Amino acid sequence: MAHDAREDTVHVEFTLNGKVVSVEAQPADRLLDTIRYGLALPGTKEGCGEGECGSCTVLLDGLPANSCLVPTYQVRGRTVETVESLSEEDVAPLLRTGATQCGACTPGVVMTATWIRRHPEVLEAQGIRALMAGNLCRCTGYDGIVEGVEALVARETGG
Amino acid sequence: MERREGISKLLGRELYIDDVPMDRGLWGATVRSPSPRGRIREVRFSPDVNWDEFVVVDHRDIPGENHVWLIESDQPVLAADSVRHVHEPVVLLAHHSREMVHRAVRSVEVIVDPAPPVLDFRLPPGADGIQHGTDNVFSHIVIRKGDVDAALADAPVVIEGTYETGAQEHVYLENQGMVAWIDGDVVVVKGSLQCPYYVHAALTHGLGRAEDRVRVIQSPTGGGFGGKEEYPSVLALHVALLALKAGAPVKMIYDRPEDMAATTKRHPAWIRHRTGVDLDGRLLAQAVEVVFDGGAYVTLSPVVLSRGLIHAGGPYACDNVRIDGRAVLTNSVPFGAFRGFGAPQTIFAVERQMDKIAEELGMDPVELRRMNLIREGQSTATGQIIRDGADRLEVLDRALDLSAYREKQEEHARFNAAHEDLRRGVGLSTYFHGAGFTGGGEVHLSSVAKVEARPDGRIEVLTSNIEMGQGTLTIFTQIASESLGLEPDDVVIAEADTFRVPNSGPTVASRTVMVVGRLIEKACADLVAKLGDSDLRGPDLKQAIVDWYRKHSGGVLDGAARYEPPPGTSWDEDSYRGDAYGAFAWGACVVEVEVDLRTLGTRVLDVVAVQEVGKVLNELLARGQIQGGVVQAIGWALMEECVWSDGAMVNNQLTNYMIPTSDDVPPIRVDFLEAPYAHGTGGAKGIGELPVDGPAPAVAAAIEAATGTHPRVIPVTPERLMELYDGA
Repeated sequence: MAHDAREDTVHVEFTLNGKVVSVEAQPADRLLDTIRYGLALPGTKEGCGEGECGSCTVLLDGLPANSCLVPTYQVRGRTVETVESLSEEDVAPLLRTGATQCGACTPGVVMTATWIRRHPEVLEAQGIRALMAGNLCRCTGYDGIVEGVEALVARETGG
Repeated sequence: MERREGISKLLGRELYIDDVPMDRGLWGATVRSPSPRGRIREVRFSPDVNWDEFVVVDHRDIPGENHVWLIESDQPVLAADSVRHVHEPVVLLAHHSREMVHRAVRSVEVIVDPAPPVLDFRLPPGADGIQHGTDNVFSHIVIRKGDVDAALADAPVVIEGTYETGAQEHVYLENQGMVAWIDGDVVVVKGSLQCPYYVHAALTHGLGRAEDRVRVIQSPTGGGFGGKEEYPSVLALHVALLALKAGAPVKMIYDRPEDMAATTKRHPAWIRHRTGVDLDGRLLAQAVEVVFDGGAYVTLSPVVLSRGLIHAGGPYACDNVRIDGRAVLTNSVPFGAFRGFGAPQTIFAVERQMDKIAEELGMDPVELRRMNLIREGQSTATGQIIRDGADRLEVLDRALDLSAYREKQEEHARFNAAHEDLRRGVGLSTYFHGAGFTGGGEVHLSSVAKVEARPDGRIEVLTSNIEMGQGTLTIFTQIASESLGLEPDDVVIAEADTFRVPNSGPTVASRTVMVVGRLIEKACADLVAKLGDSDLRGPDLKQAIVDWYRKHSGGVLDGAARYEPPPGTSWDEDSYRGDAYGAFAWGACVVEVEVDLRTLGTRVLDVVAVQEVGKVLNELLARGQIQGGVVQAIGWALMEECVWSDGAMVNNQLTNYMIPTSDDVPPIRVDFLEAPYAHGTGGAKGIGELPVDGPAPAVAAAIEAATGTHPRVIPVTPERLMELYDGA
């Protein structure tokens, strides 16, 4: 069970929420744990640990990714954004539509919603319900989330 | 009012139990039984691990009684000599490294001499399967009204039907988790839970400690749905035992597979109806048999059964009723509280039975329901006379109108004729849900709520009722601020910490707003009365509080209220007669589906849920409760299936236990009717569980309308529907 940490770890530098960070990571370390425990940003949640629920969604080079499935060493030189990078104004429309209840899925929901807000053109190919299907929510029944994303996009596009 | 902690949740700032860093603490993990039943011959620790590095706890380390305090004393905290289900906890481990402790679990082997397990709750157990009393029956309840046998014998038509519902996993997105530490001579447990005082009682019994040497604090809770009603007592005992032995803080966080495998689920149910009707469709007699799978220990099964049975006749008037139900033992993980608490199962059965009656009589299922829905002055199965001013026919009609039910039926006839492979159908259900504890339960709980003024004029609300997503923080703020004419920011909701808050009961049974909210109103009035002017409100009240504190240095200005039953209600536990609940909320649900005959997959196209809930206090929160409950019920009806092997769930991961995504459900259209309830906060009745009662039978009815099959068992997976369709 024991192993030589120095032999196993790799040095990983990446941009997290606009700042360059560096960590020593073992090959099997998950980005989720690096963010939560290593870098003390607990906003990103673990829901299932196997890429089904989307609670751990972060933006990796601008695209939503399940951080429980991303080995930390793979983000070397890349850009990671977590829910901690957002402001109250960024999420306000989601409050008004009831997009959050218990809050455990919410950071992941918010990150996928942020991606849609930044790229409303994706809505030409897919509806919000299809785009949000990677983020399980057990509380809202999804209407509050879907309406919240609509409101975010409408604000962005002036629609 | 918007959700009070909403921005904090949207920005990921809400700190759940696994988000709080632990200084110099240990991580705990659980070694579980591999076997459904047998005697523990040996617990073997692998020689490849240096066990000196670990804290190891087994049943001999339990200072108090080795059972989880609840209704009965049969469930051990840690198995001693024998096990009754796979995943039963046997040994606890703790280590500084989270990874090491989880690896070490696999280095402990529990060797069990097997005994024959009881795995099918529908069959009577063999002599070698008896493990509880003489017959494995945890609870047997009979509700009697009129003379069912005579009425069945005289009825022109008697219709029989048998229905089954499966287990359902809660899938709260935050897994179970707790931290324990020792503070002087007090054991402190903090974690994700619904009922601080249940956990408190379990700890005092299991640890053999005085009440003031145990402290329970709720952390922000990422969903519960009943799954954090009784199970947290088990986890709290485990983490506290480890912390006591380690003399250091210990944290236990289940991962998803462990949470799904080892914690409670909705009770599977088998239900048989025999209904006597006249040729017009009027109900003459309802004979209902109910069997719930209780799993390996009693836990809450008797009360889940009780609520299930009280709802088993549906929201209909019938003079002759016999509802005979049992919760029985099997060697599976104990089944437990889940939103609806037995009612969704029995309402599924009675609603499907109503559809069967309609079909056999050649009647419209809408008209059958319209004829039999309880009218003012008529009574439920327990003899509770309904006189609440609610119009159940209007609830039904509103749902029919909003959904365009009749138009859909005509449209579907055309659609189905025009399509070779697609079939559409629409289904309906009508239902009810009693709010608060059953019978004398609220009197027995004798809940207390407190409010305390602060020297700056703000008011703190102290209860043991918690936020788990349903909106307690917001609605309690709203209730207190409206009672006192204060701004929401002038109201502080106390952390649910048993060292500070009184016991206002558990956060269950749709009781938080209706029962506890009312106590907050009364406690506010009590506080204001102490200032000598009961009319004080708003800024005047704030100023009066500030003045009071100037004059009473060191004093505390507070108000309190204790539950009193509504006048004129009575309940007899022995005969199961009387007023089962202070109030019922009423609902009607219409579901439209499309079935693809090539795959037998069912897609829900439209849902309308209409409910009469007394008074809606917060439209956004109320709507969210209904929509979330409806989608949870659609999952149970169509796709959520626990797969069992030896009484253990083997699809214990979200890859193969599927819950609805945003793309699996349409918008849930919600409407409310209001007939204020005199004894609920601002007229409100309970709302949290009602929405789970209606959708499953409406989904099944819609599939029936679409395909001509008769789904009597849920979930109606494609596999199950294929069997029905090929057999039809």
